[in-house]
Amino acid sequence: MEIGLTHYLFISAILFSLGLYGIITRKHAIMVLMGLELVLNAANINFIAFARFGGMNIEGHIAAIFVIILAAAEAAVALAIVLNIYQNFRHVNIDEVDNLKG
Amino acid sequence: MDLVTIAFYFFGALTIIFGAVVVFSKNIMYSAFSLLFTFFGIAGLYVLLNADFLAITQIMIYIGGILVLIIFGVMLTTRITGVDVKSGTMGKFQLATTGILTTVIAITLLIVFSSTKWYLKEVPAVESTVNDIGNKLLTNYLLAFEAASMLLLIAIVGAAFIARKK
Repeated sequence: MEIGLTHYLFISAILFSLGLYGIITRKHAIMVLMGLELVLNAANINFIAFARFGGMNIEGHIAAIFVIILAAAEAAVALAIVLNIYQNFRHVNIDEVDNLKG
Repeated sequence: MDLVTIAFYFFGALTIIFGAVVVFSKNIMYSAFSLLFTFFGIAGLYVLLNADFLAITQIMIYIGGILVLIIFGVMLTTRITGVDVKSGTMGKFQLATTGILTTVIAITLLIVFSSTKWYLKEVPAVESTVNDIGNKLLTNYLLAFEAASMLLLIAIVGAAFIARKK
């Protein structure tokens, strides 16, 4: 069977669901970040698969490049915030960081 | 089975299996290193999709940059000697609910993806995408390109400012 568009879409759908599960279930802030990276990569696979099978449209590649740029910026800032949380609380469990809760 | 099919199933299995290890592993260092193989499998899928520039970018930025940042973050925020290396999860009921929810989402996505008739167009073999990407970035997408460079500068300065010792 020829490898077509739906094969790549299936991989991206499974990867997206795994990332979503990780984001929701984990307490560790860095684990949440890793789940987020999985979701972003699933979106990127979709972009590039549609670009390839829709007539080698280069716009899909451009969108994927901007997603990668935003992921890099987001990872840097998020890890800086995580380091700050660790300095103040001595842990990074995001559901215990609730000092502003009334 | 030709070589492309075998390569697709190899990289696809690599991506999915190690993606599952990332999510389900109890040890956060295992998760971080499994993420490496997931990113590598995705880079292989990009190569199969004729996206040579994106594959190199994936390896350089994700594996060389973001993954190193994440491993640094793990090492700086967990006490290696304590029990804190383990990453806790929620109770049984919440885990089951989330599992059912994400499975439903996955099945819905799979049904939608397989039942839709997508617009497909045959293309001749592509040599390289680098020229096209460069042309597009410096003509149609110049404003977004410059905005991305400003964003990266602001993110670097902001991250260094937030993370420094008081």
